[in-house]
Amino acid sequence: MEVWYPSRKVGPKNFRQRMERVCPGARESTHDNKRQSHSLGTDLRRLSGRSMEDDAPVIYGLEFQARALTPQTAETDAIRFLVGTQSLKYDNQIHIIDFDDENNIINKNVLLHQVGEIWHISASPADRGVLATCYNNTSDSKVLTCAAVWRMPKELEPGSHESPDDSSSTAHTLELLCHLDNTAHGSMACVSWEPTGDGKKVISLADNHILLWDLQESSSQAVLASSASLEGKGQLKFTSGRWSPHHNCTQVATANDTAVRGWDTRSMSQIYCIENAHGQLVRDLDFNPNKQYYLASCGDDCKVKFWDTRNVTEPVKTLEEHSHWVWSVRYNHSHDQLVLTGSSDSRVILSNMVSISSEPFGHLVDDDDLSDQEERRPEEKSQEPPQDSVIATYEEHEDSVYAVDWSSADPWLFASLSYDGRLVINRVPRALKYHILL
Amino acid sequence: MAAVAAGPGPGSGPGDSPEGPEAEAPERRRKAHGMLKLYYGLSEGEAAGRPAGPDPLDPTDLNGAHFDPEVYLDKLRRECPLAQLMDSETDMVRQIRALDSDMQTLVYENYNKFISATDTIRKMKNDFRKMEDEMDRLATNMAVITDFSARISATLQDRHERITKLAGVHALLRKLQFLFELPSRLTKCVELGAYGQAVRYQGRARAVLQQYQHLPSFRAIQDDCQVITARLAQQLRQRFREGGSGAPEQAECVELLLALGEPAEELCEEFLAHARGRLEEELRSLEAELGPSPPAPDVLEFTDRGGSGFVGGLCQVAAAYQELFAAQGPAGAERLAAFARELGGRYFALVERRLAQEQGGGDNSLLVRALDRFHRRLRAPGALLAAAGLAEAATEIVERVARERLGHHLQGLRAAFLGCLTDVRQALAAPRLAGKEGPGLAELLANVASSILSHIKASLAAVHLFTAKEVSFSNKPYFRGEFCSQGVREGLIVGFIRSMCQTAQSFCDSPGEKGGATPPALLLLLSRLCLDYETATISYVLTLTDEQFLVQDQSPVTPVSTLCAEARETARRLLTHYVKVQGLVISQMLRKSVETRDWLSTLEPRNVRAVMKRVVEDTTAIDVQVGLLYEEGVRKAQSSDSSKRTFSVYSSSRQQGRYAPSYTPSAPMDTNLLSNIQKLFSERIDVFSPVEFNKVSVLTGIIKISLKTLLECVRLRTFGRFGLQQVQVDCHFLQLYLWRFVADEELVHLLLDEVVASAALRCPDPVPMEPSVVEVICERG
Repeated sequence: MEVWYPSRKVGPKNFRQRMERVCPGARESTHDNKRQSHSLGTDLRRLSGRSMEDDAPVIYGLEFQARALTPQTAETDAIRFLVGTQSLKYDNQIHIIDFDDENNIINKNVLLHQVGEIWHISASPADRGVLATCYNNTSDSKVLTCAAVWRMPKELEPGSHESPDDSSSTAHTLELLCHLDNTAHGSMACVSWEPTGDGKKVISLADNHILLWDLQESSSQAVLASSASLEGKGQLKFTSGRWSPHHNCTQVATANDTAVRGWDTRSMSQIYCIENAHGQLVRDLDFNPNKQYYLASCGDDCKVKFWDTRNVTEPVKTLEEHSHWVWSVRYNHSHDQLVLTGSSDSRVILSNMVSISSEPFGHLVDDDDLSDQEERRPEEKSQEPPQDSVIATYEEHEDSVYAVDWSSADPWLFASLSYDGRLVINRVPRALKYHILL
Repeated sequence: MAAVAAGPGPGSGPGDSPEGPEAEAPERRRKAHGMLKLYYGLSEGEAAGRPAGPDPLDPTDLNGAHFDPEVYLDKLRRECPLAQLMDSETDMVRQIRALDSDMQTLVYENYNKFISATDTIRKMKNDFRKMEDEMDRLATNMAVITDFSARISATLQDRHERITKLAGVHALLRKLQFLFELPSRLTKCVELGAYGQAVRYQGRARAVLQQYQHLPSFRAIQDDCQVITARLAQQLRQRFREGGSGAPEQAECVELLLALGEPAEELCEEFLAHARGRLEEELRSLEAELGPSPPAPDVLEFTDRGGSGFVGGLCQVAAAYQELFAAQGPAGAERLAAFARELGGRYFALVERRLAQEQGGGDNSLLVRALDRFHRRLRAPGALLAAAGLAEAATEIVERVARERLGHHLQGLRAAFLGCLTDVRQALAAPRLAGKEGPGLAELLANVASSILSHIKASLAAVHLFTAKEVSFSNKPYFRGEFCSQGVREGLIVGFIRSMCQTAQSFCDSPGEKGGATPPALLLLLSRLCLDYETATISYVLTLTDEQFLVQDQSPVTPVSTLCAEARETARRLLTHYVKVQGLVISQMLRKSVETRDWLSTLEPRNVRAVMKRVVEDTTAIDVQVGLLYEEGVRKAQSSDSSKRTFSVYSSSRQQGRYAPSYTPSAPMDTNLLSNIQKLFSERIDVFSPVEFNKVSVLTGIIKISLKTLLECVRLRTFGRFGLQQVQVDCHFLQLYLWRFVADEELVHLLLDEVVASAALRCPDPVPMEPSVVEVICERG
């Protein structure tokens, strides 16, 4: 395990103490781990050698509070996450976290984000250098959350591998591409890119409006293409939204209060509405990347629910593992039985939702292929149908976890971010990984 | 002795004592005496010595056996003085005289007797001579008579033989006459309707006629008889078919027909067909009673009627059949069994329809009595017709009804439970009169518990009727075993408790989840109810059941512990849900209050916000509510009066001047560090964690949820300076009032500190309020 901690944040002594509390024997496993990652060359040997033991998590600390986390969506080779900080008093930053899987090392770069604290961040699926943030613009007596599209400095883009030295202190600055002008619409809750397009279309949610933007002239100009708004009594505010990767990217799902709504981006009209999807506020949504009608939602009732949008009266499945509000839910991009959730009970839970996954249970493998694993396989086969289960609960965080996400490059790796600025990178347990793969 | 001793010598003088006889006589006498004595088993000495004194052989003893006159005299002369000698001589002389006179008297008396005896003997001699003559005469006479008799016998010999022959002929002739008269007699009998007589005649003649049918005359008679018999049979059959005269007459007809040698097979069929007609009639009338409308006669009357009408009829038929067609063997028995099965089946169907109508009713005793009678009535045909399986079928029906009753009671119990819940809801929803509380929760709980318990007991009592000793079916294996264990214990009691738990649990996952569907007080009450069940009621009810029903069955039953665990789990879930619901209510208040306020442009705080007071009020109300049903619970020992406690994190850092206007960049880090260190030493707070069954735990849960919500909401906002101060004031106020409700006041402090710290982080211009001012404001509020 490699641990970075900013010198001022927590003293080394205290930190070690903390670490020992969080994962006893952490230091031993650190050494162990290093030796192993150097000595073991191939995955094959790992498979036979230590299939049950898992890599220890890698922890990275930020100086500031943070809520915004996204993988660099367009990047498919390097494992890279973007983290936006929240500070009212200092210049906010976007940390670009590169994770070297081979050596278990984190490289970071810091970009300054001077316009305000970052509440939401999303990376363009088409251009690795482009990202969008929602940030607070605090004036004397008013707080307005704005959104803007940015470009990273060229030298930080992947490919130009800088050595991870302490030059990070000389922070780079983001290049503003355009504002998503929301003066008429209110605070921006989130920005969502069209998942498979050319990075020209963006949805943003502002109070009770849903706005579809066209980014033109290499994203330097944002034109409001169409919009719709939620009408009704009371204070209607969107909390979250996701763009569906299915249906030719014509559907967006949003959450407001306890309801989840689906929208058609062509007509900007509502397709479906799951009233009372959760007992309390819905905090986050995610689409199953492989099953077009499946949607996961989470909220303040501590539950994660899975929906078939064709039948909005009943959830397909409900998970009740967290002991406080669930703030974030994410399907694994490749293996949609893996679902990641983060909650303000400071836990991250990885669940195996086999029963509603797109992958059929059991692999039609000839018995010959099982020769090396015949010890375990017959037992597993006998205990079908598969059970949905919690794979692991990660307790490395000590504050509320507001964001979790999978890496876009390595489907077995994910990051979680807690409010106190701790980013934890974890892997799917090896046993499960090989079970899914083989 | 003296007389006897003197007897043998009547002639001996007093003076002289003849030596010889005098010496010999005692010798003989002694011999004779000895023999007698020997005979009587006495020793010689004893017999002689008793009267004589100590020495029986003393020769001087006058009365002794060995008396020697010489020795005696010698002794006398030697020993006695003269006067005494004289005295004894006179005495002796006097005695001798007396003896002599006695002897003479005896001789005289006996002399007469001798004389008369001699006379009698002489007379007898004469008589005997006369008798001898007469006897001789008698012998000659007898010889003559014998002679005569022999002669007469010889003469009568041939006559006797003739008479015997004639008598035989006479009998034969009478038989023949009977035969010849038979046709006319039969005709007459048939005309008169004396069928029995006719059949008897026919039966008597049949064999003879059969034997002699080669003779033309007999043949004619036989033909005639056959014709008449055929007619007779015809008439009998007709009478049989008309059938109205009831089973005994029919049986008689069949018996006669059988005697006439009619084919039994056919008769069987016909007999059964007739019986069927009659029994079907009974069934029809029973069916008519069923009717479409609610049946007029109660079920007892119905089964009575069925029992006497149908079952009685069936019994008669079966008995008659078995008597009549016993010769039919197993085939006949099989036919009867099939017959009984079919009709019995229809009867059972009717009975079941009737019993089904009874299902809704509440009166078990009537039903049980009806079933008892039904079952009892069927025992007779059951014994008679073991093959038809009527008794088994009846038992099955009874069992089925018993099962249905169990189901019915289970439904009843469930309904009662739901009814109780509705009552509670109404009582809770009823508007409280000002100043006067409605029935308290504890009272409601007691009402519900006692009402359910009484329902359970009533059901048990009702079901217990099925196993009463006097009920005929109570000793069936089903009622002794399965009914008690599987039916009553498992099905009724365990089933009800389970369904109660399920019903209660269903309140936990109501789809609305807004908490509006179920009043929280109801959740609390149910939770306590389940807990009470866990601690006492379940084992009590099960013990009661086991005692009442003496469960002998070996089949596995749900142990008390499992059931208790279920109840406890239910209670726990309900209580946890209660905490969630109440926590949610307070959370919503707090959330609204944080979300809707403009914290940036708020004014300097003068008061505690109303919502915080409301929170405290509500918490107090919940505390009271929970306190009605749950015990206090354990608190962590309080070190000191916590209301005096100052803000640990925030104010301490403030006092060190870290929040001075010219703050250094390290300032927020330090707060962070401090709170992190604090976290190190405190357990992770599980917000929606399961609660324990006591008031403090419940309140702790609710407060945890509320404060965590406050924390999360605060983190989503941005505060101005006064906004922060307002949060400070609010949190201090909460701290003042909430600590007393929770198990560990550190928890409240920790959460509130975190709220204030978060608010400070979310404030671009964090200038906290003086703690003293905060206190003043809070005390004023």
